[in-house]
Amino acid sequence: MNTPQLNISLGPRSRVEQGLLARVLRFMHLDGWLLVGIGGVLVVSLLALYSAEGQQLNELLDQVVRMLIAFGALLFMAQVSPSWLRRGSPLVYGLGLVLLTLVLVTGDIGKGAQRWLDIGIRFQPSEIMKLGVPLTLCWLLHERPLPPSFGVLLLVIVVVFLPTGMIAVQPDLGTAILILLSGAVAIFLAGIGWRYILAIISLTGAAMPLLWIFMHDYQRKRILTLLDPSSDPLGAGYHIIQSKIAIGSGGVFGKGWLNGTQGQLEFLPERHTDFIFAVIGEEFGLLGSTALLLLYLLIVGRGLYIAASAPDTYSRLLAGTLSITFFFYVFVNTAMVMGLIPVVGVPLPLVSAGGTSMVTLMAGFGILMSIQTHRKLVAR
Amino acid sequence: MARALRIKDHWREQQLFTGRLLVSAVLVLALMGLVIGRLVQLQVGQYEYFSAQSSGNRIRVQPIPPIRGLILDRNEKVLAENTPGYQLEMTPEQVPDMADTLRRLVTSGILDAADIPELKETIGSRRSFDTVVVAERLTDEELAVFAVRRPNFPGLEIRARLGRSYPFGGATAHVLGYVGGISADDKKTLDAVEYAGTTHVGKISVERSFEASLHGTSGHEDVVVNVHGRKMQVLDRVRSLPGRDVILTIDMAAQLAGFRALEGKRGAAVAIDPRNGEVLAFVSTPAYDPNALSAGLSRRAYLALQEDIDRPLFNRALRGQYPPGSTIKPIVALAALHYGVTTPGRRVGCRGFFTLPGSSHRYRDWRPAGHGSVDLYNAIEQSCDVYFYSMARELGIERMGSFMETFGLGAVTGIDIGGEQPGLVPSPAWKKKAFRQPGARVWFPGETVIAGIGQGFLLVTPLQLAHVAATTAARGQRFKPMLVKALRNPANGTIEYEAPTPLPPVPEQDSAWWDAIIEGMHGVMQGPRGTARGVGLSAAYPMAGKSGTAQVFSIGQKEKYIAKDVAERRRDHALFIAFAPIVEPRIAVGVIIENGESGSKAAAPIARAVIDAYLKPTT
Repeated sequence: MNTPQLNISLGPRSRVEQGLLARVLRFMHLDGWLLVGIGGVLVVSLLALYSAEGQQLNELLDQVVRMLIAFGALLFMAQVSPSWLRRGSPLVYGLGLVLLTLVLVTGDIGKGAQRWLDIGIRFQPSEIMKLGVPLTLCWLLHERPLPPSFGVLLLVIVVVFLPTGMIAVQPDLGTAILILLSGAVAIFLAGIGWRYILAIISLTGAAMPLLWIFMHDYQRKRILTLLDPSSDPLGAGYHIIQSKIAIGSGGVFGKGWLNGTQGQLEFLPERHTDFIFAVIGEEFGLLGSTALLLLYLLIVGRGLYIAASAPDTYSRLLAGTLSITFFFYVFVNTAMVMGLIPVVGVPLPLVSAGGTSMVTLMAGFGILMSIQTHRKLVAR
Repeated sequence: MARALRIKDHWREQQLFTGRLLVSAVLVLALMGLVIGRLVQLQVGQYEYFSAQSSGNRIRVQPIPPIRGLILDRNEKVLAENTPGYQLEMTPEQVPDMADTLRRLVTSGILDAADIPELKETIGSRRSFDTVVVAERLTDEELAVFAVRRPNFPGLEIRARLGRSYPFGGATAHVLGYVGGISADDKKTLDAVEYAGTTHVGKISVERSFEASLHGTSGHEDVVVNVHGRKMQVLDRVRSLPGRDVILTIDMAAQLAGFRALEGKRGAAVAIDPRNGEVLAFVSTPAYDPNALSAGLSRRAYLALQEDIDRPLFNRALRGQYPPGSTIKPIVALAALHYGVTTPGRRVGCRGFFTLPGSSHRYRDWRPAGHGSVDLYNAIEQSCDVYFYSMARELGIERMGSFMETFGLGAVTGIDIGGEQPGLVPSPAWKKKAFRQPGARVWFPGETVIAGIGQGFLLVTPLQLAHVAATTAARGQRFKPMLVKALRNPANGTIEYEAPTPLPPVPEQDSAWWDAIIEGMHGVMQGPRGTARGVGLSAAYPMAGKSGTAQVFSIGQKEKYIAKDVAERRRDHALFIAFAPIVEPRIAVGVIIENGESGSKAAAPIARAVIDAYLKPTT
């Protein structure tokens, strides 16, 4: 994979230079390792998007602008100290709820689902909840002794399911599932008993038939299609068949940048958004895709390290939740594109085209960096 | 409970958290291993397979549209079939300059400029490699024009496709409806997969209401295409299953007789088998040419059709609502008998007009001199208005209206095609709701009087008229009218029959009362003073009928209605109901002719023609 331009900061340096760089980063409350991982993924994103969008520079520039805005969000969140963030947590959640209600009442319809809110700029309030839910859960959980009591768990369930339900009816099942997962991660890290975990797993299993009843036809079809994509090659199976052909035909070394036939000849649907991983698999092969996955692993690993070394319960929980949830974003998308799980419309984080999801993700990384860089101030 | 005992133990919490973090890290690594494992499986293990599918040759899944089912009449005469024709199709991704191509298509006369916005919308809604129909049913001339310029139009191709054709044209237009290109609106309701290769969908009437049966099941073939998207080789093919043939209850002999009799007029005729509700004829004129509509009219031609003052697209049989006029009289008579207001022998004196007590307003009889002393039989036979004014007043609007409703008036009959209108049976409660001005919201006694001869607010559709005739013929037994008798699977010839649906019968069991009104209706056709004896006497079978004439606009108290002085479109509507034979009736008919003036002279011959055509083969 192309070397991220921020790599310079890691090469062998004289003590003075290293000290300078470290001081600059510290001053801006940034974390070098996270920046390297994020920068690397963004470079891959630009390469893949340029190829997937038919080599149109305009579209690429739009994405660069979105990246810069998102980086602004990261910078901002990095400056907010964890103690301030903690106090603000319920506010983010409340704002998210209000906006979600607005969407249900007046939302714009994009691609058949009601997800967008148009207030000057168009954005999806469900994205706010991707941060709002973990923030509020960690705030709720840290105040009381851990592992959480049954009463706290009930409260947690309400806090998670309220927005999840509102998002699921939009309908945006993918985002709803991701938010549900972030809730599950938070209570898992908070140390709920294994018997609760078993109970939740078996309850979920039992609820599956019920869920099936409430699903939209297209959602059911996607699940059936996963079992046998060839049963429906013109409809829901089409995406999966084409993306598997794209990835499989990439081989070990890939067809080369801008040379992927599946993507370039437009066989591959949604190739610049949800299915961009197939473009990467086709053009950069096993080596390129694995490199990208390792970059993600670097980000997640650094996040877990930050969580492990965070000084207080709130920061620990939050850093852990954000990092593992981020990993789930990556997992759900890549597993979907390769036909391991049903098609749920979630983008590949930091890589797929689109603005709102990028901003929330980067804001999340800003929070991680804030936890890491404010550590000493809080601890001592 | 244990809340007071539990205090925050920071050291223990951290231990717990670190443990959970470790578990999570293991999970992350395991899932990452799964993803990378899958990558290896696809990109190393199955590389050859996917590579063959992708590189060099490309495989495209192409839908194979099913063949649309036929529509047949009850004797299996073909009313709608599929015939080959040529159409111009475009593959948008292969067109270098869309705007320029469209412009040149317009200048060469193949495309109408007015159709471009819709075409562009269709192109935008499909995948760029899906073909889009640019022009349907090319004429030989257009075919030649395009063939010559073929090299100038990359991305456009002429394809032979099966088109819908209707051998009887306008005669069956309003029964069958027509098919048309799938519009953006249609897309919202259609299954995108099943219709991936289908270009046309039923737009109205049987073609629309039985779309699901007619369409069939889509198949697909996996084809190898070269770089330009041309088909090189077929790898796999799943055949489509043709749609069901729809067998109608329509009898083409009766249908054609009705259509020919109505040609050049605005009107409708519906015939129903009283024994089961099967619709034998269903005519509405003027009609449109369903062949032209299915082949695709230009926007301009369609607008012209839509704005035609005679409204050929309007299905009068199903949706036209008219005052029933005197055709309502048998029901009023039966209601009067049912509620004990009159007996068949009771006589009413007719001096040519009727007045309400305490009022000088004259409700006139159609015959200024009057009918003298009439009993129920005479009243129906001669259509004496005064007799029914008097019945209506004695019944009152509530009883009369609710009795009409038991015949199915004021509500849709539930026929198996969509878009039916319910007509209207007025009542004081209805009037209170329907009008805004306080003065107009009151029910006046005079409105009851004129309702007795089918004037005023009362409205029926020609379908309801036929349903009333059938219900009378069957002495109160009612069946939901049905146009589709059976569905036939063309693959193995198995036929599923639709069962007749009985409706709640008219709550009058006394056959003597039914005899009385049917005898009167027999008199109309074949009695000594029957209003339609000119039409009925020559019939080879005993038949019953009732004429009706409905005012389109009202005449002042002192004025006289003189047909030639009245503008053609303000003349009275002519109506007729009839059934035959009197014993064990097999066909009942309702006819309306807009501005036809006289029920017995204009509408009755049409009813006779339809009945003749249907009964002739066996009589």
